[in-house]
Amino acid sequence: MSRPTKQIHLAAHFPGVNNTTVWSDPAAGSQIEFSSFVHLARAAERAKFDFFFLAEGLRLREQNGRIHDLDVVGRPDTFTVLAAIAAVTDRLGLAGTINSTFNEPYEVARQFASLDHLSAGRAAWNVVTSWDAFTGENFRRGGYLAEQDRYERARRFLHTAWELFDSWHGDEIIADKDTGQFLREPGPGAFAHHDDFFDISGQFNVPRSPQGRPVIFQAGDSDAGREFAASSADAIFSRHSTFEEGQAFYADIKGRLAKFGRRPDQLVVLPAATFVLGDTDAEARERAEVIRHQQVSGATAILFAEQLWNRDLSSYDPDGPVPEVDPLPGENTISKGRASVRMFDDRLATVRQWRELSEAKKLSLREVVIEVTGRQSFIGSAATVAETINRFVQQDASDGFILVPHIVPGGLDDFADQVVPLLQERGVFRAEYTGTTLREHLGLELPG
Amino acid sequence: MTPRPPLHLALALDGAGWHPAAWREPRARTAELLDARYWTDLVQEAERGLLDFVTIEDSLGLQSDRFDGPDDRTDRVRGRLDAVLIAARVAPLTTRIGLVPSVIAGHTEPFHISKAIATLDYVSAGRGGLRVRAGSGGAEAALFGRRQIPGITVADLDRPEVVALITELFDEAADYVEVVRRLWDSWEDDAEIRDVATGRFVDRDKLHYIDFEGRWFSVRGPSIVPRPPQGQPLVTVLGHNTVPYRLGARQADVVYVTPRDADDARRIVGEIRTEQDAAGRGDETVHVFADLVVHLADSAAQAADNRARLDERAGAPQGSDAHIVAGTPGELADLLLDWQSAGLAGFRLRPATIPHDLEGITRGLVGELQSRGAFRTAYEAATLRGLLGLARPANRYAAAAAATNSTAAV
Repeated sequence: MSRPTKQIHLAAHFPGVNNTTVWSDPAAGSQIEFSSFVHLARAAERAKFDFFFLAEGLRLREQNGRIHDLDVVGRPDTFTVLAAIAAVTDRLGLAGTINSTFNEPYEVARQFASLDHLSAGRAAWNVVTSWDAFTGENFRRGGYLAEQDRYERARRFLHTAWELFDSWHGDEIIADKDTGQFLREPGPGAFAHHDDFFDISGQFNVPRSPQGRPVIFQAGDSDAGREFAASSADAIFSRHSTFEEGQAFYADIKGRLAKFGRRPDQLVVLPAATFVLGDTDAEARERAEVIRHQQVSGATAILFAEQLWNRDLSSYDPDGPVPEVDPLPGENTISKGRASVRMFDDRLATVRQWRELSEAKKLSLREVVIEVTGRQSFIGSAATVAETINRFVQQDASDGFILVPHIVPGGLDDFADQVVPLLQERGVFRAEYTGTTLREHLGLELPG
Repeated sequence: MTPRPPLHLALALDGAGWHPAAWREPRARTAELLDARYWTDLVQEAERGLLDFVTIEDSLGLQSDRFDGPDDRTDRVRGRLDAVLIAARVAPLTTRIGLVPSVIAGHTEPFHISKAIATLDYVSAGRGGLRVRAGSGGAEAALFGRRQIPGITVADLDRPEVVALITELFDEAADYVEVVRRLWDSWEDDAEIRDVATGRFVDRDKLHYIDFEGRWFSVRGPSIVPRPPQGQPLVTVLGHNTVPYRLGARQADVVYVTPRDADDARRIVGEIRTEQDAAGRGDETVHVFADLVVHLADSAAQAADNRARLDERAGAPQGSDAHIVAGTPGELADLLLDWQSAGLAGFRLRPATIPHDLEGITRGLVGELQSRGAFRTAYEAATLRGLLGLARPANRYAAAAAATNSTAAV
């Protein structure tokens, strides 16, 4: 017997501070002017996407002790842009990454509750952690947190924020002009929270927002991160965008829910995904190759290699062979402020793989980097991409995707205009919004 | 005779208005105080009145009639939204008016606020600013739980240890603004180069570490946000005595003050100018605005009646740090022009009720002032600094780099 057809969830990620965002193309627009954000958000809303997603930066990335200048540098403040986008959209969810390490629960809770009010119930919070002293140099606390404590702090932070959101129930304000009674009772929003990380008390000053709590996203992939997501998140922003990895991750994360007393449909799995469209599959493949070369310049290839080798490789030719020197052991000191540093668990083994790939396919260093770093997730005609995305969702490799265009601001336009109508024709993606809040778009219940 | 300098008008927005019984007025949109539509309507009305900017009140804690923490009242508006986010939400729906939310310097992070206001300046295309409030102790500190700071009560305000504590909190606010301002300058205007030939997106020599080291925080920089459209968004501060005047003189573009009359205004302006000289900013423009609570009506008697009715509903005459005016738009115009001659650049008007007194400002007072040639009849600039006659400042780091280069050339 066949099970019911799943509805796909789609989101638009504003292309950010990494080499996959192509700034050198003549069509590439501003990464900071508000008009770019409006363009992408309106394209997403025109296509009835679930939400718009904005990442966060708290320190400019550095390589070899200098600010990394090859990728996009600079971006706006998450909350401020999301609040402004609320003014130019009507239904689109507004999701933002906010760090739990260099913030305090009271302030973040009032910002998200405010955003939820100002967007009439469209706010979502991607809770991330960091621990590095490098980022801490911009904040009051400095580099105070041990790496192994970051998820515990994040979990406590989130649960503290929930106490604040829940400190107002929604029936406190009666505002009777005749009798002059504004509050039903004195002392609304009272809270007192004490644990190893937070010792706070008082009255929260934002009354309950339309969604009660913003939708919670989690993005970490470690075991601790997955447990955190399974226990506490409404959605997980994963990086497993291939079919097999996606299915494995999906089964793993959904399987963790029961022990927290949660059902599988209470956590939406949304991998990040990239795409390249063409009139034909062959044309899309050609375009994908051009884009990959834009994304990985010779200088960028050297920087990637330096992250892996953990040493200065600036004297090497990116169009020459893979460097013959061995990587340096120990803590990565060459690259700071980027998540990918931690990807290379076993440097020697990875370098060996790169060399083997280079010899087998006769590839230069740059071509190896193009090969091993993030080929686009979906490449093909609109029909091919629509069919592939639907297969992934129906076969539980995901519940949908957070799409990351490679270019600002028009990178989503073709997807919105060509792929989405095909998904709508298949009846697997909404033709119109049926709800007003992000929780309704994602099929999530209001918190009690 | 020298021409009269331009008069600037700001509108202070807070809840249903500044009178504690404002929310009970028939036209008060009391059920909408947390809705975007409400705030948008108010700021659009202010923009139709050609006002220079709006300020949006904020506090970390719940509103209270007590100085030192929450109260037990049930008859006043309680609950509010983050002011920076209200300003951002309104920005795309307005085009010329400045947007100046309150931010609280104690407890929060200067790095976050700097990028938030820089971003407000981007989403408003050069109309952003902030009003900085010093942190306070007691109940506010407990919301963050990071520091033990004693609570302060009004009765203690003159005690030496309390004066010392307040001075410290304002010194922290001064450091805070210093960090915020340095971060705004940490990118030179032309730092983004997109040089395809070399593959460089930015010229990193035009990004600067700010390396601020202070007693309360150290911040390395640079900002993650490129230099905002105005270069330096507007910094404003409200003060009632020397300590906050000093903060304003050291760091602000606009200082709001609360004189009782024109002579008092003249004295306060003089004190701020003295502090400005002491801070080494004697040659910079620091506008002084007087705050006024306004009740407006077609007749003086009606305005007085309105005020009396509101006071009666509130159960007591309104307490206010700022002078309260009840009268016709014409009478208020007389007062503003009289006080202006004491050295004030403008006024921040606090409507006693919204929308009645707000419209009294935008539709009554503004017309009165225009008919006397004392207020603009169209917006004359695209940025908030431009409206206030403030130049776009040179970047402190670019200027320093240029100075180094010219020295090297010699």
